[in-house]
Amino acid sequence: MDNIRLIDIREEILSDNQNLANDIRSKLRDNQVFMLNLMSSPGSGKTSLIVETIRRLKDELRIGVIEGDIDSLVDSEKIVAEGVPAVQLRTGGACHLDAPMIETALESMDLKTVDLIIIENVGNLVCPAEFDTGATKRAMILSVPEGDDKVLKYPLMFSVCDALVVNKIDYLALSDFNQDLLKERAKMLNREIEIMAVSCRTGEGLDHWCQWLRNEVMNYRNRL
Amino acid sequence: MHELAVTEGMLKVVLRHAEMNKAKRVVGITLRIGEMSDIVDEWLKRYFDYLSRGTIAEGAQIIIERSPAVFSCGDCGAEYIVNLKAKDKFSCPECGANNVELISGREFLVQDLQVV
Repeated sequence: MDNIRLIDIREEILSDNQNLANDIRSKLRDNQVFMLNLMSSPGSGKTSLIVETIRRLKDELRIGVIEGDIDSLVDSEKIVAEGVPAVQLRTGGACHLDAPMIETALESMDLKTVDLIIIENVGNLVCPAEFDTGATKRAMILSVPEGDDKVLKYPLMFSVCDALVVNKIDYLALSDFNQDLLKERAKMLNREIEIMAVSCRTGEGLDHWCQWLRNEVMNYRNRL
Repeated sequence: MHELAVTEGMLKVVLRHAEMNKAKRVVGITLRIGEMSDIVDEWLKRYFDYLSRGTIAEGAQIIIERSPAVFSCGDCGAEYIVNLKAKDKFSCPECGANNVELISGREFLVQDLQVV
């Protein structure tokens, strides 16, 4: 009988995806394009936040959007109505976007004509956290009706994001959502996370969010 | 939910290393996955049985080693394990500080292979 050999590997399970994500980042750098991966549960306001962001920043940044929502054109139609290019990925039943899907989407985009690409990931707080898309930064939304305990349920998502947007704060009066507790827990998982409270409906806090995004884009460009 | 994509990635890593090491067959695979990852072992194993059919890794036994979520306290220096499933508090059990940092629990590795 053959002897069994033990081979030490210690390689990332998703190393193929990781390598492609790194290639995408370097291609984006060559074209001075900043890409944001926006993640959240379904219905927490990804499309609304993107639309409001476009309205506030489109005069200073050329924006493009990659839509990863499950087999529907509703979201990309809303984006196109704002006058910016959108690529709709037909993800079928996929629960997340990965680097190969983003590479495909970028092929149908002229990187010379955009400064900022926003990826609207599939609505899900579990799977998208695990896959690097090649984005420059990651942001997530948690909306007030979802509850302040989500950090405990989906810790990975909170630990990988650079920004946490707390949306629907116009609902705060109707709920027992504790913003301080949320901040405290999120910061324990991720010291660097920037937390911003907004309402896409009333517009409260959106200037703060746009200022954060603007700064990130400018810092990125200055470092190139 | 994303076990299928994870298993596909894992199989690619396994087959690449098996080939590089001129293995005839892979009999065992050890994965190291941190508690922060929501991977259901049962699904990963089932998808593996399906995806590995016809490859040299068919029938390999998969061992999943879980690394706990470990935090380090920035105030008193204590290192402690947090049971995420039980929704433990993240704050330091020694001094109660919130000035803490996650130092382990996000591992997502193919650790080693047993081949013939």
